[in-house]
Amino acid sequence: MGIDRRKFMKFAGLTAALSLAGKPTFGALVEEDSLEVTPPLEKLDKLAADARAVGQPLTARRWAMVIDLKKCHDAENCKDCIHACHHTHNVPEFENPKDEIKWLWKEKFEHAFHEQEFEFVQEEHRHSDTLLLCNHCDKPPCVKVCPTGATWRRDDGIVMMDWHRCIGCRYCIAGCPYGSRSFNWRDPRPFIKDTQIDFPTRMRGVVEKCTFCEELLARGQLPACVEACKEKALIFGDLEDPNSEVRKILSSQFSIRRKPALGTHPEVYYLI
Amino acid sequence: MNNSGKIFAGLAIFLLLITLPLWYSAAFGGATEKPDLKIVCDAKECVAPTAYMTAYHMDLLNEWRDEVVRDRDRLYTAENGKTFDKSLSRTCMNCHYNKADFCDQCHDYAGVKPYCWDCHVEPKETP
Amino acid sequence: MLEKALVGNKSYWSWVAVLLAIVGAGTLAYLYQYREGLHITGLSRDVSWGFYIAQFTFLVGVAASAVMVVLPYYLHNYKQFAKITILGEFLAVSAVMMCMTFIFVDMGQPLRIVNVFLHPTPHSLMFWDTVALGGYLVLNVTISHFALGAERMGVAPPKWLKPIIILSIPWAVSIHTVTAFLYSGLAARPFWMSAILAPRFLASAFAAGPALLILLCFVLRKFTKFDAGREPIQKLGLIIMYAMSLNVFFILMEVFTAVYSGIPEHLMHFQYLYTGLEGDTTMVPWMWASSILAIISLVLLYNPKTRNREFTLGLACVALFVSLWIDKGLAMVVTGFIPNPLGTVTSYWPTLPEFVISIGVYGMGALVLTLLYKIAMTIRGKVSA
Repeated sequence: MGIDRRKFMKFAGLTAALSLAGKPTFGALVEEDSLEVTPPLEKLDKLAADARAVGQPLTARRWAMVIDLKKCHDAENCKDCIHACHHTHNVPEFENPKDEIKWLWKEKFEHAFHEQEFEFVQEEHRHSDTLLLCNHCDKPPCVKVCPTGATWRRDDGIVMMDWHRCIGCRYCIAGCPYGSRSFNWRDPRPFIKDTQIDFPTRMRGVVEKCTFCEELLARGQLPACVEACKEKALIFGDLEDPNSEVRKILSSQFSIRRKPALGTHPEVYYLI
Repeated sequence: MNNSGKIFAGLAIFLLLITLPLWYSAAFGGATEKPDLKIVCDAKECVAPTAYMTAYHMDLLNEWRDEVVRDRDRLYTAENGKTFDKSLSRTCMNCHYNKADFCDQCHDYAGVKPYCWDCHVEPKETP
Repeated sequence: MLEKALVGNKSYWSWVAVLLAIVGAGTLAYLYQYREGLHITGLSRDVSWGFYIAQFTFLVGVAASAVMVVLPYYLHNYKQFAKITILGEFLAVSAVMMCMTFIFVDMGQPLRIVNVFLHPTPHSLMFWDTVALGGYLVLNVTISHFALGAERMGVAPPKWLKPIIILSIPWAVSIHTVTAFLYSGLAARPFWMSAILAPRFLASAFAAGPALLILLCFVLRKFTKFDAGREPIQKLGLIIMYAMSLNVFFILMEVFTAVYSGIPEHLMHFQYLYTGLEGDTTMVPWMWASSILAIISLVLLYNPKTRNREFTLGLACVALFVSLWIDKGLAMVVTGFIPNPLGTVTSYWPTLPEFVISIGVYGMGALVLTLLYKIAMTIRGKVSA
């Protein structure tokens, strides 16, 4: 802890002196005994018990996601995962596309993989919806460029955001080759339909993106999009674990990643 | 050349300017009444002694924030050995759900504007 | 020394008042942006940097260009530049201050800007750019302050100043190189990812900066007793001619590589600039204007007759400055975002508040420059009288 007890006692003494001098500081409150109340202990104990009772965190050495586009296309116009994600994380909905914020969204296949050639590919395939999100790259260019350490790659592979530290310079947006990052051009609060109390909103002026639901993983739950998908088209797991489902799928089926030539090593794989 | 007139006038303006906050609060009141915090919590003690929390809750919250977001260290073990979720909304506000009477009163009095609630959602005023 | 800026005639004070009004308007517009957020600009999810960052980039060039007078004067003892070196250094000071302000107004959370220093990240070019620009400002303020102070007293500048002046020369090159690296190191943006970006930035800077300096000398001659003299202006004209030739050469190399290789993700950006892309022709007239102005300026500079005549040299400087401003201060930054990494086109054009804020920042720079030049002129006047 930043402040040790001794320093605290010194401070308490000082503030007591200040409060005697009648200065309006927090010190004045230290002496107050109005804070002393003596109801039962239960609530605190319950809180402590709640903290212990949450599920064991899900951990991994390299989180990855496999998106099975065939299964995804089976449920045409389904947006369950997107709704679940945006609802869980208080992602606002703007009318003006210029202000748009998206963590998980659908894009035409020819845009998602726009470096590919599509001359003889049927239009329905070219225009088919492809789910996009942050790729949680092994070598994330956004992390490299961030001037404050507000975004970084954790040792479990999640590319994380610290919204308290972000200065809103948007260099990470310029650096991301996948268009996965959004900026809060305006205060998002009025544009959030059903605010979730469990997750913060953002303030204007910071960048945000998918975090692989790290807050849910910490409580032992799978990402919201994975849980929401009825088609089981989203598979999430640890690539370093040879027995994980993601690993088995990738070693038995053909998969592609977006812009592999850039050397960013995305951890989102597509089965087509 | 005698510039003493100008110098003293300049000094007077300077003094007036740097003491402006005092005049301002004298003129426009500011918060002068001591806050009377309403403790709605039915717990006997907080995650740390009351005096410590009163003076240092902001430091504790900053540490919690960095530890949870950056170090994935989500559990706080209090001096009494109890363990808590390091969370403003799930732990602190669970007891002190009366933000207006608990947080705001004091912050208004001290003239500080923490930006916690720009993002963290304040609970509805029910236990 | 600063008190010299507080004494002046009526036209001086009217000019200062005009600039203060511009700064005031810019400040009001910025307060509006500060309250509302950056959504009042033309920026969007796809085009997330625009006019502000472009002005920043252009002005880093203007700042770096001081080296074009500092180097000949201090390193080669080229006495002809004795009178204008201080003008170049003051121009650098004013330009760096504008650069910093443009970065500030572009931030989403400007009050957190200290995080760059609280949590330094050597792997980010933006961190290094901040260090480079801050250092360059300190260097130029120090050099101009002590050099002018010595001149005022009629003595030689202190000995310890010389190594600082020498240091300022590579430092000037570094600010624009690091600014180019800010862009050219991004795998996500093929338009910027060119090894020639830094040299191209330097060439355009060494053309645009001295061109502005020539124009400033003309203005000073008209409105003050200060005369830079014919010789140094002619020499600057020559520097501009070579720098602009290099710049145009570099641009042609960029165009050749993109067009001949034909790689779509490189080509598309040049299509956006010169022919329009998916119906978005925003930049096309500007870029052709820039090209034509570049040719006009080069014709006027290459021809000794027009280069030697101050009127036509002035015209060349105006044409060149506008051409390079369009290239770097308008098109260069947004084109990196158009098309975006998904190959789609989102148009961008700055909004009115964005313009007013930018003009306010330029007004601030002009004000700083006016005050600094006033100080220099007063001291020069006293010394020569």
